[in-house]
Amino acid sequence: MEWLVAAAIATLTASGVYLILAQRTYTIVIGLGLLTYATNLFLFATGRLAVNAPPIVGDPQAPHTDPIPQALVLTAIVISFGMTALTLVMAVRGYFESGGDDVDLLGPEEEVAKERR
Amino acid sequence: MSLLLIVLLPFLGAVLPALMIRSGRDACAISAASINLLALVLLLTHAPAVFRGESPRVLWRWVEPLGLNLSLHIDGLGLLFAALILGIGLLVVIYSRFYLGRGEAVGNFYTYLLLFQGAMVGIVLSNNVLLLLVFWELTSLASFLLIGFWGHTSQGRQGARMALAVTGSGGLALIAGMLLVGRVVGSYELTEILASGDTLRQSPQYRWALGLILIGCFTKSAQFPFHFWLPHAMAAPTPVSAYLHSATMVKAGVFLLARMWPVMSGTQEWFDIVTSVGLITMLIGAVIALFQEDLKGLLAYSTVSHLGLMTMLLGISTPMAAAGCVLHIINHAAFKASLFMNAGIIDHETGTRDLGRLGGLLKWMPITAGLAMIAAASMAGLPPMGGFLSKEWMLEEAAHTKLWGADWTLPLLVTVAAIFSFAYSLRYVRGVFFGPRRDDSTTPHDPKAGLWLAPAVLAALAIAFGLFPEAMLGEVVRTTTRGLVGGAEPKFELALWHGPNMALAMSLFAVVLGSLAIVAYRPVRRVWRQIPLPEGRAIFDWALRLLSGTTRAINELLHGGSLRLYLTTMLTAVLAMGGWAFYRHEFGRGMRPLLEVGWVEGAVWGLLMIACGLVVVFHRQRLVAVVAIGAIGLVVSLAFVRLSAPDLAITQIAVEVVTLILMLLALYFLPKRLRAEQEPGGGLGRALVSIACGLTVGWLGFATMTRDFESIAGEYWRRSLPEGGGANVVNVIIVDFRGFDTYGEIMVLGIAALIIFGLISGMMRGQLRGALARWTSGESYSPSRHPLLMVVVTRLMLPLSLIVAAYLFVRGHQMPGGGFIAALVVSIALIMQYMASGFGWAEDQISFDYHALIGGGALVAGATGIAAMALGHPFLTSGFGHFHLPLLGDVELASAMAFDLGVFLTVVGGVMLALAQLSNLGECTRDGATKSEPMDYPHTSGQGGTSREGRD
Repeated sequence: MEWLVAAAIATLTASGVYLILAQRTYTIVIGLGLLTYATNLFLFATGRLAVNAPPIVGDPQAPHTDPIPQALVLTAIVISFGMTALTLVMAVRGYFESGGDDVDLLGPEEEVAKERR
Repeated sequence: MSLLLIVLLPFLGAVLPALMIRSGRDACAISAASINLLALVLLLTHAPAVFRGESPRVLWRWVEPLGLNLSLHIDGLGLLFAALILGIGLLVVIYSRFYLGRGEAVGNFYTYLLLFQGAMVGIVLSNNVLLLLVFWELTSLASFLLIGFWGHTSQGRQGARMALAVTGSGGLALIAGMLLVGRVVGSYELTEILASGDTLRQSPQYRWALGLILIGCFTKSAQFPFHFWLPHAMAAPTPVSAYLHSATMVKAGVFLLARMWPVMSGTQEWFDIVTSVGLITMLIGAVIALFQEDLKGLLAYSTVSHLGLMTMLLGISTPMAAAGCVLHIINHAAFKASLFMNAGIIDHETGTRDLGRLGGLLKWMPITAGLAMIAAASMAGLPPMGGFLSKEWMLEEAAHTKLWGADWTLPLLVTVAAIFSFAYSLRYVRGVFFGPRRDDSTTPHDPKAGLWLAPAVLAALAIAFGLFPEAMLGEVVRTTTRGLVGGAEPKFELALWHGPNMALAMSLFAVVLGSLAIVAYRPVRRVWRQIPLPEGRAIFDWALRLLSGTTRAINELLHGGSLRLYLTTMLTAVLAMGGWAFYRHEFGRGMRPLLEVGWVEGAVWGLLMIACGLVVVFHRQRLVAVVAIGAIGLVVSLAFVRLSAPDLAITQIAVEVVTLILMLLALYFLPKRLRAEQEPGGGLGRALVSIACGLTVGWLGFATMTRDFESIAGEYWRRSLPEGGGANVVNVIIVDFRGFDTYGEIMVLGIAALIIFGLISGMMRGQLRGALARWTSGESYSPSRHPLLMVVVTRLMLPLSLIVAAYLFVRGHQMPGGGFIAALVVSIALIMQYMASGFGWAEDQISFDYHALIGGGALVAGATGIAAMALGHPFLTSGFGHFHLPLLGDVELASAMAFDLGVFLTVVGGVMLALAQLSNLGECTRDGATKSEPMDYPHTSGQGGTSREGRD
């Protein structure tokens, strides 16, 4: 199972990084989403993997997994929603302000050309 | 206590003039003067104790691990400086009232002045060097504001910037030096540092500390080669020049040299550097001052020269020389502040400070002329003025000191400086008040008493110091010197006449040659102008250009306005560091046994891989990307289910739904077709960086997962049920053990929602509003109502969802669930209403405000924490109890549930605010305006329904 989770983290990270290296706002938001999954999984995995061992106090003999990474990841999931929403709205606003979805600053010449238009 | 008040009063009082700005100049000046006077009186109440040899102290422990304490003390040295700062400050406040014109921002001026005053008093009364450094930086900032007070002039701006750059960078060096001293001594308390002179001088760090501290002192006190900023600071209003740039701030460097004198001085390094720098500064300052055409320029270079004199005396390292320095500090403050105010009066009355245009004013301005002559005589070192005493003292010390391996260098060079010093003083008086009157545009006259009162007080002091030195200054100088040298002060009596000695001979020589220089001024100046000299300002500008050019080039290389370039740089750097760590340490797989993989896990994993591949390949097809992202979220939730994280699984799936809706809403506004990327090098570099990142993180995860570890969770586990009252440890951690973290996180979510609200509201107003109203997504949407079935189902779902949410919320403390999850479920139920029935209908039905939910949630969560504090526990300590309720049976109620309620409210408010605002945006577009009918069906045949129908 560890192999699978590690491979999943690797694939999600690689895809996420590939997408945030793009120039279009929407692609970058998608990439950030993938990176969020990767990060959350990674954080979760630092608590090691366990099956059928939920962190609920019950039978003292029953196995249980580490609750701390879970608590961290739980809030991280909600926060990441906030981040996605904010970046998306920034993309929308940026599109209406500039008329495009390119994330890079314009060079000075292009800026001048745009002013002239 | 009153020590603290002395420091705080100017800071507290600084708001008064700013508040009184509408009440006119008098109100501002009176409030500033009262504060100043009060601080001065408080200070003087400490004087008797200090004269008795005590040094009152106060200490409040502050940031103890850093060694930073609010620690103040007052000894002879501190008392003298504080008295100068507050005394001259009071005169400057009065003078400024009459100097500044009606249209000037007088309130701001006094506010800055008091801020400066507080910082300066803080420096001289600090008993903790870290605290001193804070005040030190504050004086640089206040000085910046004051020099730039006339920010409409380019000299004002440039002068302010230069002063800040020079003294600010010196301040950085000083911080480093003081930190070194603190580490060697083991304390940042000044009294302890002063008691550890031998330790410090023998430490290998002594040279570093000395060098860095000297840079700090020399930049502040405008010592060579940093002297060039002071003349440019003369762009400040003249009261500021009188106060900051002659009497007080520039002496902060001298003060610190004096403060550190007992621990730093006496070594060969100290003597060589400090004496030489002081001497050179004294010499070049005096020479340049003689050839200045601007009155304030002349006085500025003269100040540079006199500061050099003080530095030199401290460098000589004998207690007698130190006493001479103290005496000169007092005299210089009196005559130089007086002269600056004098120059201000001349400028004020004639409109010029140019020596080439002034002359013959004695007849028109007799009072001003008289005051100028007294002060200038003191500056020139003529009897019976105070300046004579300290100059003789300096010459006497210099005559006995050997510098650069010869007996004659120091006496000779200080005599040369004395010649020029006499000459420029004479030139000031002669050039302004004698000779033909050259400026005839107006008839100048003596100003009102308000303007000449302050310089007159100082001029009177300059005479009194000379005539009755022992009575006026004897005890002061002895007490100050005792504080300065930190031990037995030398025995001396102050007297005007010491009989014929070496110093007197040097003085006479200086007077004769100085007079000759003025008589033959033109030829002398011609010679001076032949000498090519480097100009400080040009060098400074060049260095600044070089620095900013280099920075810009580096920035352009790594960043250059391209997100991709910037991210690639960052990621490559992180990869390099991570790769180095992998290379240096053993990071193979660990020995922990692996879990079995069943075919279901394998299949789900395969789905994830396919979805990732889809996103990467088809990311320009927007809907494919959204669907694939949803699939990935689903797989991640399933993984959480399998891997014993039920809370995470529920949260993830709920967030997935909300995110999907959000994305679909946003996609409506974003470009429909994503243009192809411009890939330098075919995207190979991009792919390589991505793959490297993936492999590194994946392998790190694998290496972590295959190792056993000792979790700190054991304690949480034990305490969860007995102390937190909950069996669901994850929830107990979130709402109880790490409640403060959660509190911060709901704040982040709330703030993000408010930013979203702001961003979108901004689009619905102003310039973008028109663009929005014309905007259409370009695709055809059905203008008619949503399907009836959907509307009905969402209505039915709403109460059910709310019950599920309530259930999840209540059981959260014991079983998977909790505020976050319940909030997401409620949000989904509410959004469904928006989707089915349209924004207008949903907004009409929902009677609460999402902003209020965010704020209310934050308040509830905060109040829970504060309630614990009210009961004497730390913030957010929880309590719980079991209660027996009829029908429901035993119920456990924990205060953490109230906190969880706060979390719930904030999350619902945040999520809903973001989504509702985004759907509201759609209503403002052309598509929104062309809807043929409302999205919902009239729910009654009564009034409300028909009016709605009628409107459309």
